[in-house]
Amino acid sequence: MAGKSAIDIRGVSKVFGSGDQAFAAVDNTTVSIRENEFFTLLGPSGCGKTTLLRLIAGFEFPTSGEILLYGDNIAAMPPFKRPINTVFQSYALFPHMTVAENIGFGLTMLGKPKAEIDKRVSEMLKLVKMEALAGRKTSQISGGQQQRVALARALAPQPKVLLLDEPLSALDYKLRKDMQIELKRLQAETGITFIFVTHDQEEALTMSDRIAVMSSGKILQVGSPREIYDQPSDRFVADFIGETNFLTGKIKSLAGGAAEVDLSIGGMIKASVAEGIDVSGPVTVVIRPEHAKVTLAKDTGSKAQFTGTMANIVYFGTDTHYHIRLSDGSTFIVREQNKPHEAGGFAEGNAVAVSFPGNAARVLRN
Amino acid sequence: MSSAAEVMEGERKRDIRTRWLLSAPALLAILLAAVGPLFIVLVYSFLAPGPYGDVVRKFSTDAWVSVFLERDIFDDTISLADAHVSIFLRSLRLSLITTVLTLLIGFPTAYFISTRSEKTRELWLFLITIPFWTNLLIRTFAILEVIRNEGLINTLMIEAGFIDKPMQLLFTDGAILIGMVYVYLPLMVLPLYASMEKLDFRLVEAGYDLYATPSRVLRKIIIPLVKPGMIAGSILVFIPSLGAYVTPSILGGGKNLMLGNLIELQFGQGRNWPLGSALSITLMIIVMAALLAYVRNASKTGAGHG
Amino acid sequence: MARQFDIRRQRGFTAIAIACFAALYLPILILIVYAFNSGESLANWEGVSLRWFAKAWSNEQVIDATIRSLKIAATAATFATIAATMAALATTRTEGYRGLTFKYAFINVPLMIPEIVTAVALLIFFARIKEWTGYSGLGYLIVAHTAFCIPFAYLPIRARLENMDLTLERAAADLYATPWKAFRHVTLPLLWPGILAGLMLAFVISLDDVVITNFVKSAGQDTLPTYMLGQIRRSITPEMNAISTVFLLMSIGVVTVFFFVTNKRT
Repeated sequence: MAGKSAIDIRGVSKVFGSGDQAFAAVDNTTVSIRENEFFTLLGPSGCGKTTLLRLIAGFEFPTSGEILLYGDNIAAMPPFKRPINTVFQSYALFPHMTVAENIGFGLTMLGKPKAEIDKRVSEMLKLVKMEALAGRKTSQISGGQQQRVALARALAPQPKVLLLDEPLSALDYKLRKDMQIELKRLQAETGITFIFVTHDQEEALTMSDRIAVMSSGKILQVGSPREIYDQPSDRFVADFIGETNFLTGKIKSLAGGAAEVDLSIGGMIKASVAEGIDVSGPVTVVIRPEHAKVTLAKDTGSKAQFTGTMANIVYFGTDTHYHIRLSDGSTFIVREQNKPHEAGGFAEGNAVAVSFPGNAARVLRN
Repeated sequence: MSSAAEVMEGERKRDIRTRWLLSAPALLAILLAAVGPLFIVLVYSFLAPGPYGDVVRKFSTDAWVSVFLERDIFDDTISLADAHVSIFLRSLRLSLITTVLTLLIGFPTAYFISTRSEKTRELWLFLITIPFWTNLLIRTFAILEVIRNEGLINTLMIEAGFIDKPMQLLFTDGAILIGMVYVYLPLMVLPLYASMEKLDFRLVEAGYDLYATPSRVLRKIIIPLVKPGMIAGSILVFIPSLGAYVTPSILGGGKNLMLGNLIELQFGQGRNWPLGSALSITLMIIVMAALLAYVRNASKTGAGHG
Repeated sequence: MARQFDIRRQRGFTAIAIACFAALYLPILILIVYAFNSGESLANWEGVSLRWFAKAWSNEQVIDATIRSLKIAATAATFATIAATMAALATTRTEGYRGLTFKYAFINVPLMIPEIVTAVALLIFFARIKEWTGYSGLGYLIVAHTAFCIPFAYLPIRARLENMDLTLERAAADLYATPWKAFRHVTLPLLWPGILAGLMLAFVISLDDVVITNFVKSAGQDTLPTYMLGQIRRSITPEMNAISTVFLLMSIGVVTVFFFVTNKRT
């Protein structure tokens, strides 16, 4: 998996405003993006992911830090000199040009000979399946078609890195799903490094080779989708990706990467441990709802980790969510896949017990 | 018992009638004092001039003939009315140059205003609007002060030692040009600004992203997208400048006549109302042609605005 | 460290723009400064003085012309604004019907005809009427001014009308208001800033008019601009500067109020 580094972000900050109104949209961030990978910047609005993208594209200039493209510092290069192209969230197609002219624009600006431009444009049209609409004005095509033209336009000049700024957010559900598969395929086929920005964690999980989760200008964790999901490093990441249960407790003992934790609601559990935690204070433990099981208290032996009362049963078609009220009043959610023609066997108010395997719980960084 | 459709139709008819009534005063006023009289001018252009101005009720095409041709009083040959033709050409030339100059100066100015921050933009708009509201006469007078022999330019040049005696700037074609550019500049800037304000700068970003240099972004993205504003501004400058008469009168003296001055002459000393009428109609025709070209261009770029 | 790349920056544009603003204001400023010149000639500066203002103030013709200008402007602007308001109501907020584009074009026609052509046309037209009726008062000027002020008053009123929320009037109707009442209590108050803006525009346009007024007026009916035109063609003294300065201040005053009215967030 170790490849050459396409983009190196080193200690990059971008501060807007000054004095007491100054705020850091990107705060001392360092990350390496490998060539040929599908890398996603994931986070809620305002976390800095778009600013970081714009820093890489050249529309913003870092307040401090370096941005390297294959080892060359490009932070001072204007955008039209960087071999990096962007698919804009608003598509930004030139309304006074046709589809073909839009796609060929980058190559025209680079001064390529007409024959080469024409050839490349028809290749791109075929790639995004838009051959029939080559002569149309861009204002006359649908949103989904515009998105594909924007993609073709950015790919045509064969950039070293392709930046995608929430390109699918304006599409409806089915189209978005189709385009996700399309984009993944394109990236694998062309081998171009894709840097993808989104706030949709499901999208990030399905498409990416690696994800960087951002919040308030900082990158909290970088890893593969599985790493991010199974081993979140802190509370924000755990909460942002998928659904999670949070429990508090104190560490009783620590050996290797495993700990025994005394829960504040009573009981002791085994949990894996994230790096760099403070063992002395209270800790947070996360457990994914689908990793836990719920059984009636009277049917369980001593194997359960803790007990509670069934507060709510929510039916979802594919699975059922059980909301269990714990001794301290908080809610613990267990998710179980529905078996055919079988009701759960639970009712609200039942005394129930929750159990999960030892590697399902994880202690987070504070 | 009327159906719902009939009731709605009746409502609609009543609505349209009310609207016609409401717009009547405006339409009437304009018909009476702007459009209607034009027909009288047309009629007058086919009459003969009276001895003390005004006309006599006699049909004659002399006026139209003398717009373009003149009869030599000695040998009765017909030739092109040099005086008139040179005035037409001067008017067209000066108007076109004025339009081009205001475009060249007005474009960066409008661009500047539209790229200021929200707060300062109001201020700049206010600043460009004031000259627009200042009386034409006052502005022309101000230019007169600056370019006359004892005016600012000459005084500065003499003091700085560039020249020994004052340059004759006043009463030249150049003076008229300076005056018209000065007077019509705000009329070019405002429609240009209106177009530029709507410019989506994300398209400019896309251009830069795709390797366009700043000058290419200007030529291939910004200019095509603000073309409606450029055309509107050009029309707003070209038409009035073609018929300008105050500015050329004050700055050009009696020798550098433009079409407007020529027309005025016919109603003053020239005492040739029919000729003045014919010349006015000629001016109208040129203006209509320019407007038609604008409308044709506007509908070609897809409903013009935006 | 290199400068942040600014996508809006175009080489030389700011310089030209600033130069343009300076060039626009410099002649006017010089004009104003020389109004305070105590000397006779416009060339030599001889110290500050208000004598030219005093001279203008005591000049009967100037006062006479000014009053006439103001009378005509006030009357014409009022008529024009009323007509324009009605026309705006008639031509906006409708899906279009036969004659709409015609009306809209017709209302804007005075803007398309070069002033001198209108001036000539009115001269001839009114000359005929003068013959028939013998009337030769300010009426002609007022009618002429009203006509060309209408499109100017129309623009801001129409703009404001288009931006108004239709549902407010529907709400009024829902609450038992007749069309007239809805207009008086809902539409009119909301439209008022637009009407004021139109009024001010029309007022300034009428006040400033030179060409049409010069042709249409009878002897002795000078407005301030036509008086000044006559003077400039004959002899120029700093009195002109003084009059211009006062005129300028009036215009600026009206424009400032106009800006406040149109930019007030209601």
